[in-house]
Amino acid sequence: MTFAAARAILRKDLAIELRTRQSVPAMALFSVTVFVLFHFGLDRNEIEGSLASGVLWVTLLLATVLAVTRLFAAEREDAALDGILLAPVDRTAVYLAKAAALFLYLVLLEIVALPAFAVLLLGPDLTDALPELLAVLVLADIGLAGVGALVAGLASETRLRELIVPLLLLPLLVPVLIASAKATKPLLMQVSATTDLGKWLGFMALYDMVFVLLAVAVFDYLLED
Amino acid sequence: MYGRGLRALSIATAVVLTGAAVMVFFYAPKEADQGIIQKIFYVHVPLAIVALCGFVAGGLLAIKQLRTGETKWDMRSYVAIHLSLVFAVGALITGSIWAKASWGHWWVWDEPVLVSFLIVFLLYCCYQPLRFSIEDPEKQARYASVFAIAAGAFVPINFMAVRLATAHIHPRVLSKTTDGSLPTEMLITFLVSLLGVALLFATLWKVELTAKNASMKLKRLRRRLEAAEHAAPSGPPSPEPVGAP
Repeated sequence: MTFAAARAILRKDLAIELRTRQSVPAMALFSVTVFVLFHFGLDRNEIEGSLASGVLWVTLLLATVLAVTRLFAAEREDAALDGILLAPVDRTAVYLAKAAALFLYLVLLEIVALPAFAVLLLGPDLTDALPELLAVLVLADIGLAGVGALVAGLASETRLRELIVPLLLLPLLVPVLIASAKATKPLLMQVSATTDLGKWLGFMALYDMVFVLLAVAVFDYLLED
Repeated sequence: MYGRGLRALSIATAVVLTGAAVMVFFYAPKEADQGIIQKIFYVHVPLAIVALCGFVAGGLLAIKQLRTGETKWDMRSYVAIHLSLVFAVGALITGSIWAKASWGHWWVWDEPVLVSFLIVFLLYCCYQPLRFSIEDPEKQARYASVFAIAAGAFVPINFMAVRLATAHIHPRVLSKTTDGSLPTEMLITFLVSLLGVALLFATLWKVELTAKNASMKLKRLRRRLEAAEHAAPSGPPSPEPVGAP
């Protein structure tokens, strides 16, 4: 029941995104722009190691903010949330659908941003490290989507939405940034380095689990009345 | 309802805090390595511990609020978080002073406790903007509670992440394994200071809740008075007899 409702809401969100093309193109364009900014800001043509992983992850985090601000936009504009809430479905469905939509947006974003990063800024070749990098990306995306959908719900009723979302979301995502940047750093080195990938993947799995479960538990209270 | 026991609590706080101050300067031995500056430890660490406990307590009170839907729990959670923020500013400032004195820098990034404390502080700085940008009071309570719960769960996870990521240089004065040499006098002084700061937190919490409660009651009474005035005809009762000839 919950999952059927979540699927329906997700399908609606993806249909809207497919027709209006708002969030994903904006995120992709934004991340390419930030890479250009970093090129000039750092005054570097090629970066590697911790600098490269830091630039990549900070850019992805900032691009996430854009999608989170827009996540409940369709519901808000026409008071469509009331319609969803009138339907006799579990409120958790809304959270699951929004988190899944955000996850898909992030995957699409990375399909554009990662090659752009490799071409524009990255020194070492990316192909060897791709399987490990994919594992990091998937776990990080689950965390970003889980926390992002919760923050979008929290900020949806406030007047200062555009200000609250980044201020709230970015500190909450600091553990994801720490773990993903640390895990990615050895993958982007010119010379191969020792890696403690397992430790960071484990930590991210823990973070994802805690926050998704927590969000499922408390999201009901955000959409009452 | 919050005023009860407030006087006893305040007196206890004043006594313990004074006792702690006396102990810090006259009882606890001077640290051989850092000298007098080490005394800031008796302020900094209790402030940080109490602030973190206050944040987590705010989350627990928020759970209670969501369970019962009563505004008093939201009020308690709000005051706990609000006071913890003030204590956290104190902990950050004293920590910075201590870092400057003992390591020569105002800020040290490879020091997990201070760094995670800063992140937690930045997160909680959003609590009030979020809360007060929601107008409906009932909704405000619910959203603030959800934030308090999520942020309360974030505190330990964040500590774990930062600790995993950094080398340890923070003086681990309390754990016996790395540094078993904390003298008993220091430990006792520290515990008294911790108790004093915790009592201070409790007193301030109670004071603020009493004040908020009283002003809420006053507002309610005033509204009732106004309603009564509106219901009754204004001015003194009319003197003319009802059935005039």
